[in-house]
Amino acid sequence: MTGSFRSIYNGSAILVADIPVVGSGQFLQDILDATDHGWRVSSYFGIPGDADIALYCVLANKAEGRLAVTRTASDGTTFPSIASLCPQLQLFEREIAEQCGLTFVDHPWFKPVRFHRSFRSGHDAWNRPEDKPLRVGVMNYFQVAGDEVHEVAVGPVHAGIIEPGHFRFQCHGEEVFHLEISLGYQHRGIEAGLVGGPHPRTLQQMETAAGDTTIGHGLAFCMVMESLTGVRVPPRAEVLRGIALELERLANHTGDLGAIAGDVGYLPTASFCGRIRGDFLNMTAVLCGSRFGRGLLTPGGTIFDLTPEHRDDLLKRLADARRDLTNAVDLLWSSPSVMGRLEGTGTVHQETALELGLVGPAARACGIKRDVRHDYPFGIYRMTHLPVATAFHGDVCSRTMIRWQEAQKSMDFIEEQLRQLPGGGHRTKAAPRTGLSLAVALTEGWRGEICHVAITDDKGSFVRYKVVDPSFHNWQGVAMALRGEQISDFPLCNKSFNLSYCGFDL
Amino acid sequence: MFRAIISRIRQGHRTMPYPKAPLQMPDRFRGYPVVSTLAQSAEQHDETAECPYGAFTASGGGCLDMGKCLFCAECPAGDIQFTTDYQLAVTDRDHLLVRPGSEHHHARPLTPDLRRMFGRSLKFREVSAGGCNACEADTNVLSTIGWDLGRFGIQFVASPRHADGLWVTGPVTENMAQALLTTYEAIPAPKIVVACGACAINGGPYIDSPRVRNGADSLVPVDLYIPGCPPHPATILDGLLRILDKLR
Repeated sequence: MTGSFRSIYNGSAILVADIPVVGSGQFLQDILDATDHGWRVSSYFGIPGDADIALYCVLANKAEGRLAVTRTASDGTTFPSIASLCPQLQLFEREIAEQCGLTFVDHPWFKPVRFHRSFRSGHDAWNRPEDKPLRVGVMNYFQVAGDEVHEVAVGPVHAGIIEPGHFRFQCHGEEVFHLEISLGYQHRGIEAGLVGGPHPRTLQQMETAAGDTTIGHGLAFCMVMESLTGVRVPPRAEVLRGIALELERLANHTGDLGAIAGDVGYLPTASFCGRIRGDFLNMTAVLCGSRFGRGLLTPGGTIFDLTPEHRDDLLKRLADARRDLTNAVDLLWSSPSVMGRLEGTGTVHQETALELGLVGPAARACGIKRDVRHDYPFGIYRMTHLPVATAFHGDVCSRTMIRWQEAQKSMDFIEEQLRQLPGGGHRTKAAPRTGLSLAVALTEGWRGEICHVAITDDKGSFVRYKVVDPSFHNWQGVAMALRGEQISDFPLCNKSFNLSYCGFDL
Repeated sequence: MFRAIISRIRQGHRTMPYPKAPLQMPDRFRGYPVVSTLAQSAEQHDETAECPYGAFTASGGGCLDMGKCLFCAECPAGDIQFTTDYQLAVTDRDHLLVRPGSEHHHARPLTPDLRRMFGRSLKFREVSAGGCNACEADTNVLSTIGWDLGRFGIQFVASPRHADGLWVTGPVTENMAQALLTTYEAIPAPKIVVACGACAINGGPYIDSPRVRNGADSLVPVDLYIPGCPPHPATILDGLLRILDKLR
């Protein structure tokens, strides 16, 4: 099964020449076999050439804690789709089609993803005319017909301070039969701009790919750069990075716990958590001056070190925040009116989650033990293991519970790491990049698996840099959670996932 | 019920006293920049060092455009020191330019007739046009109990029809340009526009990407510029209180 795969460990680089090129039939069969055996597709992308398109697939094998890469070449016009056999690929295939102008034959759901022109001018998978502007969100939506069936369209501009996206509900009365999500409004052209990089702007663009996941994406980029240059990160920097990543998780999980409480109309926890979230953001600002961790990371380590005064300050702030957060969240579990709204709402079954390849808390809430920190450990997580929290019902309640359990583990982790901060430097100097290589970096952001893949030319510049945000895997999970639910529960279901629009749109 | 009341007592009253008492910023916070004259630092000045976002121009004694500046931890242009002064918002685009010894400009109050209308009740409709969710998050945080924006009569509302102003975050992507314009047109006049964050002012990290329009004022007239990537909530609140003449 794995004959055509080249093994690679998280945060390492291999020579592109060492990855076997297989025929398209074997390429697809190998992916199907691997996913049948519990492997997951972490990344699948194309590199447009002069005539053909090279297709790369990065798969993750949790049982062995390693990744595998395989590649093939397509003729640049059509390629067989296996999305109906392997649903976790459906969005990847559409993305490749949009970026490379490659038509996937027999794709059950063949629609644009972000509404932009392909990287190969003159090639469009949908044969849209070049002279007419593309209109975002204009595509054939799945429709249900019949008496009393109606359609509800929401967005791109929503009611709150939230990013734009378009949602189409097929409803029968209050009940949602189907939800289709069409994004692309936040598309800033990140991947197209990375060709020929890294550029002087690249680090800031990675930090803002999804700005609430600055550390998650920034760290993945730094890991790619470090594996391409062979630079070793000092232990002290690995710890500081781990602390920052967990603070990011804490801030966002706290915000989500409050927002979920707010969406069921339980204001005490909503109010308290809204403020406590800020306490965690301010702790990140103690580290690096920015509440979102901007300017902390650099390839080779961290820009800032932690003084003993800062450490004591952080420990005190952490103790205060832990006390307040525990008090605020415990209210949820003891309020029957809250639990009645959370339990059994927005259920995603485990089989569905596995088929769609969900990641992060959304997957763990379905009883799937899946966590990059545990499965493909990187940085400090190679030395210190965090327990993986899982729940079993796949509903809003499970996704809420997971956040609280992870928040507690993260607080324990930060406290432990602050008390045993290793000495030494926090930064290693940069070195030249190796050429003709492929590097993969996975991190566990607060939403789940972040995957960055870089392929370099003979001078070490990026031929292709692929970013996969966890939201890319998980948006379909939101759509499935809504099936059979009341449309009025959409805000609650959506918040229980809290996915990124810009991380998806890039 | 009793648990909630006990919790409320334990959590305490947590709205910060600002603006009556000053704010304490973290010591690594990067706020109002100091541009040293090139004559003083000519020996250290590296001619090849330049800002990848075009925020710093060395000619004419040196000039930093806070609208383009991302307040990076290590300024690639080299000659910039950042203070912890968070008061950065201005009402004129030109006032974002900082030169050696130049005056520190603040946002000016709205005209008296606008203040009469908006002074006690100012409602915004927010549109994220390619924002990364950091500006959005730190705008949102103002409505939490810590900052309690409502005590100043300022609120973010769900419909542009209920709004007095448009709040823009993000560099304005091609795919959001139309939605941004439609929202602006749906707000009844007179209306004001706030560009929140480096992206909304001039494109931020995505300046000159073919998929973005380099900021809000390419499409709509901007009345308040709030620099930062993202701006600290204190920077945002400072700008808002100043245009309403509640802070001098």
